[in-house]
Amino acid sequence: MATDTSARVSGLDALELGPQAAKGASPSQLAGKVWQSLWPKVLAVVIVLAVWQLVVLSEWKSPYVLPGPAAVFEELRNEVTTGAFWNSILITMRRALVGFFFAILIGTAIGAAVAAFRPLRAAIGSLITGLQTMPSVIWFPFAILLFKISEGAIMFVVILGAAPSIANGLISGIDYVPPNWKRVGKVLGMRGLSLYRHLILPASLPSFVSGTKQGWSFAWRSLMAGELLVIVVGQLSLGARLQGARDLNDAPSLLAFIIVILLIGILVDIVFNAADKALRRRWGLTQT
Amino acid sequence: MTLVHQDVVETDAARGDAAVRLDGVSKVYGRGPASLLALDHVSLAADRGEFVCILGASGCGKSTLLALVAGLDPVTAGTIDTTGHRIALMFQEPALFPWLTVTGNVEIALRMRGVPRSQRRAEAARLLETVRLRGFEHKRPHELSGGMRQRVALARALAQDADVLLMDEPFGALDAMTRDILHDEIERIWRERSLTVLFVTHNVREAVRLGDRVILLSSRPGRVLEEYPVRIPRPRRIDSADVAELAATITDTLRAEVARHGH
Repeated sequence: MATDTSARVSGLDALELGPQAAKGASPSQLAGKVWQSLWPKVLAVVIVLAVWQLVVLSEWKSPYVLPGPAAVFEELRNEVTTGAFWNSILITMRRALVGFFFAILIGTAIGAAVAAFRPLRAAIGSLITGLQTMPSVIWFPFAILLFKISEGAIMFVVILGAAPSIANGLISGIDYVPPNWKRVGKVLGMRGLSLYRHLILPASLPSFVSGTKQGWSFAWRSLMAGELLVIVVGQLSLGARLQGARDLNDAPSLLAFIIVILLIGILVDIVFNAADKALRRRWGLTQT
Repeated sequence: MTLVHQDVVETDAARGDAAVRLDGVSKVYGRGPASLLALDHVSLAADRGEFVCILGASGCGKSTLLALVAGLDPVTAGTIDTTGHRIALMFQEPALFPWLTVTGNVEIALRMRGVPRSQRRAEAARLLETVRLRGFEHKRPHELSGGMRQRVALARALAQDADVLLMDEPFGALDAMTRDILHDEIERIWRERSLTVLFVTHNVREAVRLGDRVILLSSRPGRVLEEYPVRIPRPRRIDSADVAELAATITDTLRAEVARHGH
């Protein structure tokens, strides 16, 4: 009887789980997969370059102000061999990461506090959403007044730009923890801090990650605006180099830096998407 | 019917060995004209080691009853006595945590119970063995079938080391074959661990298949309508004639109760 049930249990389990998908793919299959995801991107770049080249060829503007792709990529190739270029990237990325780090700390603290205390939510819940809709660049005059032309002014605006999104992501994550998980938590004896640690915080992770992703894009935009407006002496950041290129009427260099900034944005987006995807796969939120 | 009720009250008083005892329990949700009487003077008891099925149509407050016994909700009137017993509760949805593995979902219950870290892994493995899920320890909940998830939820409930297990339509969302197997499994675990089980369902045959006793609740408000001792020897089959016969009797009463709410 016992072995009979045991066989039935494992038999049904095997049937319900379905056949195991073959693991690993042959190199040719893998190459096909990579090509599948790559060719639309390659095509997009080709189209953009072609249109750009056509506009240059039409002589709509003098090549002084609108150089062609060849000139810009030539400039870019020369640029990446210099130490100054990498130093600029270092300065900008350090600002971005430090600002983003503090935005996460502050946004998380505010989000957790607002989610936990009802009166606080009534008081500043809508304020956070309001802040989120404000273009953070409008804070710069005030920031410069407060902190002069300094790193502090840039950090102030970067944090102000990113923290509301991060706080909101956490708040909605906590608000939408499924009630049946909360019941399970209660049944298991989770109270107060342990409820937060073992249930509420992990359960709100997906929403927190998307809030953080949005926060990053606000931080990055605020930083770029800040680097154009607040040029700190001796800190040749990407924004400062961009502004410098404009002052010298150096169009190829200007466009080269725009491309660099675009590429950084794309790279960071890839990282965030990978994190988001990995999380969704672990939770079984995606069909694969 | 009055006679049956009288009879129940007397035997309960005589036994005095109940693991769970409800005396005149009422539950009202809301206040004023919008208030809803979910349970009305419900008195029942489950003896130590007894498998009691609570049966009723929609709106009989079955789930409310378990929530009250589990202490998730306060009673409006009456008393619930579970002194000296540890209580675990299992729901219709497995409600496993997707950020944890199968083992992790069991270990979290052990951790909340205060089992030291060094013992959790082995204890969780033993519990998963009990629900026949060895080899699936490191899977994520979404990689399992519905029946397997419900077995993880059962292992998690057992991890609370309770001697009273409350089950709220735990197999309601499963297909017949899976449910049939899980009936055998829960019966085995109930015996092995000498659990007291309060099992809520709206499936009459399931109640007769599993219960030592079936308590029928009325709907809106929930009252104890009738009690049926199930004297069919175990192991039982859900499709046996004995089970079908008693189920038919109970179904007739249940139908009359549902019809009462028509015009």
